[in-house]
Amino acid sequence: MRIGIDKDVCIGAGQCALTAPGVFTQDDDGFSALLPGREDGAGDPLVREAARACPVQAITLDD
Amino acid sequence: MEIGKTDPFACEVYMTGTDTSVTTDHSATDTGSVDFPQDRSCPYHPPTAYQPLRDERPLARVRLYDGRTVWMVTGLAEARALLADSRLSTDRENEAFPLPTARFAGVTRRRVALLGVDDPQHATQRRMLIPSFTLKRTASLRPQIQETVDRLLDRMIGQGPSVDLVTAFALPVPSMVICALLGVPYEDHEFFEGQSRKLLRGPEPADIEAARDALEDYFVRLIDHKQKEPGDGLLDELIEQRLNEGVLDRQELVDFATILLVAGHETTANMISLGTFTLLQHPEQLAELRSDAALMPAAVEELLRFLSIADGMLRVALEDIEIGGQTIRADEGVVFSTSVINRDSASYEEPDRIDWHRSTRHHVAFGFGIHQCLGQNLARAEMEIALRSLFDRLPGLRLAVPAEEIPFKPGDTIQGMLELPVTW
Repeated sequence: MRIGIDKDVCIGAGQCALTAPGVFTQDDDGFSALLPGREDGAGDPLVREAARACPVQAITLDD
Repeated sequence: MEIGKTDPFACEVYMTGTDTSVTTDHSATDTGSVDFPQDRSCPYHPPTAYQPLRDERPLARVRLYDGRTVWMVTGLAEARALLADSRLSTDRENEAFPLPTARFAGVTRRRVALLGVDDPQHATQRRMLIPSFTLKRTASLRPQIQETVDRLLDRMIGQGPSVDLVTAFALPVPSMVICALLGVPYEDHEFFEGQSRKLLRGPEPADIEAARDALEDYFVRLIDHKQKEPGDGLLDELIEQRLNEGVLDRQELVDFATILLVAGHETTANMISLGTFTLLQHPEQLAELRSDAALMPAAVEELLRFLSIADGMLRVALEDIEIGGQTIRADEGVVFSTSVINRDSASYEEPDRIDWHRSTRHHVAFGFGIHQCLGQNLARAEMEIALRSLFDRLPGLRLAVPAEEIPFKPGDTIQGMLELPVTW
């Protein structure tokens, strides 16, 4: 899976990191980021939930 | 009807559905003859008067105090779509922006930082603040929040065995936490808590104007002082990194400080007081929560959904928007009653029941879209620590007076308890 994060859209609500903490984190500026080694989502079923939880649809998923 | 003084107690009436005043006349919802906002009859349920609107999903029509008819969004999926739609504006300077109560009509329309500005300006403002509200930063504040909660509980227990939980605990916890985060001296809490109360609830337009001026004046002086003697709060960081660098002007910093302080304590205080009241009225769910500490994060999320204290988010349409088979026209007002939205039966099974095991994901208690609550992760941490510690320290906690005698807030402001007399 390819996970895209649009940092121009991200508002740093942290919903992705709260929902799927095994894949998403927040960088020092507060923007959504992928954990090293988990860039492909690591098969985590919560990735889809995390994308849905994003209040500004900054996360795109490509299977 | 006097607030919180219905007979029989409206909370039970709501659950058993025996209240004969609840109408199912749907013609009311088409013409907008249901008034918005209305007082809750039970502090933790949506107003019974909204019952016909709950059946009218995903959009209904309601009437504001000034006779204006606006859209009320009642469906969760539509609420999420609309709150994330840039064609809906929060700009309070827009003449078409809907006003929820008469007391705001007399107040000069003035820009409100963050909450009251649209993109791109909103994004610029929010980006200066998000590093201070990340999950990591919030997690690092947990020991400090725990210490604050423990100290307040020590003091409260010393004053006991009967106190008003709002003044002894629910209000000072978030008030102390946001003060420490911003770098605002807590010694001034009586001043800013009082002014915040007036800013949100008036009662007169002049009270709101005066409170806004008093808070602004306070922050102008505080920022002056901090420029001479810097501290270690978020305001100090913003002064050093933004104000002194010329990327933030003084008025904007004052506006930030005002909204962060007010939003940072009033809301969480209400969640702690109303959350405690709700748990005490649901002994089975409380017992389950106490038997398994790991349930607390899910319980906080369910309480956020169930209580929906920010029960009236407002927007104005900038263009025509097609949604749910309806057309919201440009310049029309849109209200989001989160208590109705978060109990959409299409999204939540038995939505009027508290269930720690349900999936509460995607509720809109913190809003949705670009304005979703900046401090939500801090609020979650505060609620978890405050509620867990309160019931751990005081296993015999109970209401000191009958539930129906306890006053709660009117429908036109953030929901919560005005007082919460408890004993143990």
